[in-house]
Amino acid sequence: MFNIERWQEIFETIRKNKLRTFLTGLSVASGIFILVILLGVGQGMQNGIAEEFEGDASNSIWVWTRPTSVEYKGMNPGRFFSMTNEDFDFIHKTNEDVIEYESSRVRIWNATISYKKESGSYRIEGVFPGFQFIENQSMVSGRFINQNDIDEKGKIVTLGRKVKEALFKNGEDPIGKYVKLNDIPFKVVGVYTDKGGEREEEQVSIPSTTAQQVFNRGQNINNLSYTLKPEKDFETAVAKSEEFVASITRYLKNKHVIAPTDDRAIGIGNSLEQAKRFYSLIFMIKAFFWWVGVCTIIAGVVGVSNIMLIIVKERTKEIGIRKAIGALPSSIIGMILHEAIFVTAIAGFTGLIFGLILLEIVGPMVKTDFISNPSVNFNIAITTVFILIIAGALAGFFPAWRAAKIKPIVALRDE
Amino acid sequence: MPHNLNLSIMIEIKDLHKSYQMGSNSLHVLKGINFNVNEGELVSIMGSSGSGKSTLLNILGMLDEADSGSYFLDNIPIKNLNEKIAARYRNKFLGFIFQSFNLINYKNALDNVAMPLYYQGIKRKERTDKALHYLEKVGLADWATHLPNELSGGQKQRVAIARALASEPKVLLADEPTGALDTKTSYEVMDLIQGINDEGKTILIVTHEEDIAHMTKRIVNLKDGLIIDDGIVEQVRANSYV
Ligand SMILES: Nc1ncnc2c1ncn2[C@@H]1O[C@H](COP(=O)(O)OP(=O)(O)OP(=O)(O)O)[C@@H](O)[C@H]1O
Ligand SMILES: [Mg+2]
Repeated sequence: MFNIERWQEIFETIRKNKLRTFLTGLSVASGIFILVILLGVGQGMQNGIAEEFEGDASNSIWVWTRPTSVEYKGMNPGRFFSMTNEDFDFIHKTNEDVIEYESSRVRIWNATISYKKESGSYRIEGVFPGFQFIENQSMVSGRFINQNDIDEKGKIVTLGRKVKEALFKNGEDPIGKYVKLNDIPFKVVGVYTDKGGEREEEQVSIPSTTAQQVFNRGQNINNLSYTLKPEKDFETAVAKSEEFVASITRYLKNKHVIAPTDDRAIGIGNSLEQAKRFYSLIFMIKAFFWWVGVCTIIAGVVGVSNIMLIIVKERTKEIGIRKAIGALPSSIIGMILHEAIFVTAIAGFTGLIFGLILLEIVGPMVKTDFISNPSVNFNIAITTVFILIIAGALAGFFPAWRAAKIKPIVALRDE
Repeated sequence: MPHNLNLSIMIEIKDLHKSYQMGSNSLHVLKGINFNVNEGELVSIMGSSGSGKSTLLNILGMLDEADSGSYFLDNIPIKNLNEKIAARYRNKFLGFIFQSFNLINYKNALDNVAMPLYYQGIKRKERTDKALHYLEKVGLADWATHLPNELSGGQKQRVAIARALASEPKVLLADEPTGALDTKTSYEVMDLIQGINDEGKTILIVTHEEDIAHMTKRIVNLKDGLIIDDGIVEQVRANSYV
């Protein structure tokens, strides 16, 4: 490998056979280039789909309370209790690393909501800004409740699309108008839709803190809602979810003096089933692009092998001449392999670099529904180049070995 | 048999047989060849087409193997050689000159001549010096950097002769070296070969041209795989024609 004479001989051969070298190099380089782009698009698609269905990915968990069912510490079963802001804050502090979005909910059933002459009976949800993401609500106009509204207990409201349609006839713009919730005026800041269904749109949201104050709820809350951060696979997501649920159950039971054996008092629901669909979709995409990648590599290996076969065939006479003047079979094999590896390596890395540069430049510009920021794992790309180099060497070895073995007289006769 | 007892025997073959297998048929080409060549001889091998001249020369040149019989080259038995030793012997003992030159077409004249030296493991600098020396010897020093396809047939053959000489072999083997050349160029090449022989090199030439054969010192006649005639001739100097 480090024989300088050999290197000189190889460089000379390469220099004198530019076309052959160029064609070999071109096919290897374009193979790697295509592979890099393909892997990049695959990753981009994965990113795109992940973004598109992110809502489903994050496992949402909601917690509510029911009367106790087990006697505990001298307290009878059937006792009502309520979660408080303190619980919400504590859970926030102790589980910050797994929680993605969070919201407490203060619910007012059947409130009368009116604007001018129109009025109707709807549900009011006192919520946090995170609620919008937990429920996957998107704004039709205006904005959702923000942290400032929470802190200032602002009298602002976002309307579900159905509520807006019922109260604001003739397409009147509700933003900035005041509606009355049980006779208390709230300023409309936004209108949302919810893919979840019409029921979700027949309600209005106000800051949780405002709801507690205006509707005399003190520190009490009805409901806690969370989404957990997406994990790399479904198993981890399940594990994290179970851990989170166990931790809040333990805390709430302890805090509200509930028997550890009481399975009814604290209700907990989650959306793992939905999340599972997301994870299997991502898995399918990954599997598909792995498959395509492996096929591309195989095609590349076949291509390189063919080139090597042709090169050795083309050089049969030269091999005969070299043998007639005293070349060892090993030096013939060495010469062909050395050149093959050298050319494949240079071409492979050239293709790799061009592919990476293209992804780097074009990648961030690509933003469609299903492809986002195509990029490639550098290690995978490098590994691919090495696979092709090794494949090229192996593919070159057998014909070179055969050519080095044939009698010089036979090789010389080759035209 | 004409022998000069002062000189050592360079090539000694006894009862050499060679058949070619073609499917189920077997073609018996050499049917028991016996002959010796002393050091410093210039021998031509003649015979009609298909008589087995090239086959014999290829066996002598270790490019091919005999089926049976013995072959000693400078008292070294040439039998059942493995590839490695065969390659070394070819490189050290033999210089081959082909009818079709067999130069490597992407290497210039100098690099072609230097190639046997590369396989001897000689360093580049020395290789170049030696190759240039032999190119000078065949009168082509000015053509050192030319590719084979920029040279005439005679020039190509002279490059091939320089290449054959470069490794300083014991024996030069030439298979119809003038077969692809016109008469004038043939004589120039023969003049060169005679000069090399004058310096003491043992040379065997296959030819079917009488005039070329008479420029050697001994003519061996092959017919149907056997030597039918072998005799010393009066050497005609090639430069007497020019
Ligand atoms: N590789 C081979 N396979 C089969 N038959 C062969 C092979 N090489 C040579 N022959 C046959 O062996 C015989 C002798 O061939 P050879 O080349 O030695 O003849 P030659 O005397 O050199 O003839 P020419 O003057 O035409 O060159 C011929 O009949 C030829 O067809
Ligand atoms: Mg012949």
